[in-house]
Amino acid sequence: MSNHMETIYLAIVLAPLFGSLIAGLLGKKIGRTGTHWITIIGVGVSSILSILAYKHHIIDGAPDYNQALYTWLTSGGINFQIGFLIDPLSVSMMVVVSFVSWMIHIYTIGYMHEDPGYQRFFSYISLFTFAMLILVMSNNFLQLFFGWEAVGLVSYLLIGFWFKKESAIFANLKAFLVNRVGDFGFLLGIAAILMYFNTLDYVEVFNNVEQHKDTTITLLNGESWSVMTVICLSLFIGAMGKSAQVPLHVWLPDSMEGPTPISALIHAATMVTAGIFMVSRMSPLFELSVTALNLILIIGAITALFMGFLGLVQNDIKRVVAYSTLSQLGYMTVALGASAYAAAMFHLITHAFFKALLFLAAGAVIIVMHHEQDMRKMGGLFKYMPITCLTCLIGSLALIGFPGTSGFFSKDIIIEAVHHSTLPASNFAYYAVLSGVFVTALYSFRLFFMTFFGKENMSREVWENLHEAPNVVTFPLIILAVPSLLLGLFLIEPLLIGDYFGSAIYVSYEHNVLSKIASEYHGTFSFITHAFLYPPVYLALLGLFVAWLCYIKYPSLPERIVNHIGIIHQILINKYGFDEFNQIIFVGGIKKIGNFLSQVGDIRLIDGTLVNGSARTIRLFSNKIRNIQSGYLYHYAFSIIIGLLMLLVIFVHKVMG
Amino acid sequence: MTQIIFYIFGAMLLLSATMVVVIKNPIHAALFLVLSFFSSAAIWLLLHAEFLAIALVLVYVGAVMVLFLFVVMMLDINISTLRDGFARYFPLGIIIAFLMVVTMGMIVGSDYFLTDTYTKIETSNSTSNTKLLGYTIYTNYLYQFEIAGVILLVAIIAAISLSMSKLKITKSTHPDEQVAVKKKDRLRVIKMKTEKKEE
Amino acid sequence: MITLSEVLLLGTLLFCISVAGIFLNRKNILILLMCIELMLLSVNINFIAFSHFLGDIHGQVFVFFILTVAAAESAIGLAILVVMFRNRDTINVDELDSMKG
Repeated sequence: MSNHMETIYLAIVLAPLFGSLIAGLLGKKIGRTGTHWITIIGVGVSSILSILAYKHHIIDGAPDYNQALYTWLTSGGINFQIGFLIDPLSVSMMVVVSFVSWMIHIYTIGYMHEDPGYQRFFSYISLFTFAMLILVMSNNFLQLFFGWEAVGLVSYLLIGFWFKKESAIFANLKAFLVNRVGDFGFLLGIAAILMYFNTLDYVEVFNNVEQHKDTTITLLNGESWSVMTVICLSLFIGAMGKSAQVPLHVWLPDSMEGPTPISALIHAATMVTAGIFMVSRMSPLFELSVTALNLILIIGAITALFMGFLGLVQNDIKRVVAYSTLSQLGYMTVALGASAYAAAMFHLITHAFFKALLFLAAGAVIIVMHHEQDMRKMGGLFKYMPITCLTCLIGSLALIGFPGTSGFFSKDIIIEAVHHSTLPASNFAYYAVLSGVFVTALYSFRLFFMTFFGKENMSREVWENLHEAPNVVTFPLIILAVPSLLLGLFLIEPLLIGDYFGSAIYVSYEHNVLSKIASEYHGTFSFITHAFLYPPVYLALLGLFVAWLCYIKYPSLPERIVNHIGIIHQILINKYGFDEFNQIIFVGGIKKIGNFLSQVGDIRLIDGTLVNGSARTIRLFSNKIRNIQSGYLYHYAFSIIIGLLMLLVIFVHKVMG
Repeated sequence: MTQIIFYIFGAMLLLSATMVVVIKNPIHAALFLVLSFFSSAAIWLLLHAEFLAIALVLVYVGAVMVLFLFVVMMLDINISTLRDGFARYFPLGIIIAFLMVVTMGMIVGSDYFLTDTYTKIETSNSTSNTKLLGYTIYTNYLYQFEIAGVILLVAIIAAISLSMSKLKITKSTHPDEQVAVKKKDRLRVIKMKTEKKEE
Repeated sequence: MITLSEVLLLGTLLFCISVAGIFLNRKNILILLMCIELMLLSVNINFIAFSHFLGDIHGQVFVFFILTVAAAESAIGLAILVVMFRNRDTINVDELDSMKG
């Protein structure tokens, strides 16, 4: 049976790779239709087999599968292997990744219909699916890092897909470089693990974690830190880069330069969640470091709240959804900080579905509006695009946590978990996430009302051609709307009181907030009604109401508010100045250093002094020495005599003295 | 007695050698060289090397120096331009030579070479020097002797072939070559464009 | 009695004079050749002296051969000189610098 499953796991990983290679190398030969069929079949196979594996592991309760498939390298007593660890955590991620990717592949047929780079796009998104699956299914840090870097690479390729646009190139470089900063911390963390545990295999590391609970390491400034804290902080820096937490969040809004399908796939549902996944996977490590957990809480809370504020002032439809993603990632991070790893994963799964849905809906609007992305030029689209409007509504309701939707369950658990947490930073985090609920509702319904209702602000030609999006586009929207609505109802019980993640996630006793929540749980329906006793639902409904006020009832209200709070508005428009700071200090500084090194170091020092200088010295020297060979016989005779004389002197000295 | 004779001839030798180096006129220099050879021969006689002394006079003075003088007189030398720039290098040269003398003198003047240890060994007076030399050369060193002859032969051939000019100074005819001449060896027809005169 | 070192000293002085002659003379190749003859002469004196004082005939044998070779060499040297004079019309040493580096 295990051999059976092994083939299935391999097929899950390799089918998208196969599709990607065929599309990439033979794309022009097999044409557009052939390309999209091959890649969709590849990812479809992967998706169906993942669902099969999900059933096998979670519903049928099979034991965790942890095998090394191939030893890549043995060096210094450490085995570097390629292997799979399939347990409830990874299999949930596998289903999410492959299924959302499948939907996006289908969506792309419609979205990229007129694009000349059609085959290249399919190849890239299949490649991405492969890389993400490798990351999720890995059983050791090396493979995790490989998948990590690979998704970063494909993200770079896809953000700069329209490489002739200068803003796209700027954005993809920015994404890659900021990611690199995160990866640097990640690599330091992995190196520390290798140093202290002498192995990169997850299970071996987790089993030996108790030994190093109290070990300390002396850092550069002479202070001694707990090793677990150092490791966890370094790993979290990697998560910050990948999952776009403050201050490494600057790349995500710019990544909207890429086509909408990839914004949905990579920057909403899957790649950015890799950081969250990694921290959940490393829960045995993080549980031993309270410092790290506190820091995670603070950073997550800051991201959740302040990024939400930025979503209020954006006019580009994709940017609003991007900042919404940042804010929701902040929520997941806060859950991680509160040691509610299961809640973070739950929110990750539900968020993948409804955020992908929102992005795809935005994309549908964009193509119908002929690539117009400014919301101020939309309005009243409800009449022309009913299906899109309805699915967008479902997504938005899930996002704000309307009772009964999947988003409601996951968000509510997070807020409860933070409330119950005993860490010092949890107070700040609690108020942040609570305020965040209001802001979330405000900006999501601002988007909804501005786009689908209100006055029609589009140009004449566009207005004449308005129609519903093609079926290949609306089909994934409908499919994704279903789990956005219903997933919560099914997963809440196994997750909370059942042993859904099993031994994949480890929570220490004193941090276990979820068990406290579980003890108060009386069933799904009562959970919903129970929510009405607490602030979040009311804050959400308040946000919806305010949005309705500002954009439907009194459309002039937003402008008057902006006039009153002028300076705050400016700060928000400038995204708190992070971009300017990075540009002036980091980019400018590095350019200056590079210039200096190139001018002075390379040209003057190395070229001038060493390379040219040695040639010049030799030339001068040889010019002088050249005069010795004068061509005159008597000069030569003279030198012979002098040599003879010197030898004589030495000889006499030896003999006489 | 021998000592005085030795000193006289020694002084003459050194003096004439100095004159060779210093004198402007090459003919005079060559003659002084002859004088130095003569005095050297006299010294060799004192040292009981009779055959070689005479050989020196006969071969060196009689043949080589004559050759030198031939060449000196054959070459049309502008005497006035000679010996310029002599004074410029004079100090340095003298210093070097002086140093050499001092160094070598230290070796040869030392105790190693005093006569106390190396006295003339009394050989029998029956065999003359020439006979002794002949005995040695024609028995032990016969091969080297032949080689010396070959060297001289080579020198003759080399000297002749080097200085022989290819100018034909004989007036003999070669009738066979004259008859075998063809038109194309003597005549070359060139086609040229007619040139118009400028109007 | 003549001592060995006196004769050797004579040879030394003669050698040094001829060496000085070689590099002091700038203008005349003939003088150069003559100085070479003087050098050979001084070496010969050395050999004769040793032959006399050690009672060994081999010194004189060697002088015999040196004499032969010196004669051959001066003949060839003069032949070269004559050819050079034909080509360049000068025997000035200063003008023989075509091997200059």
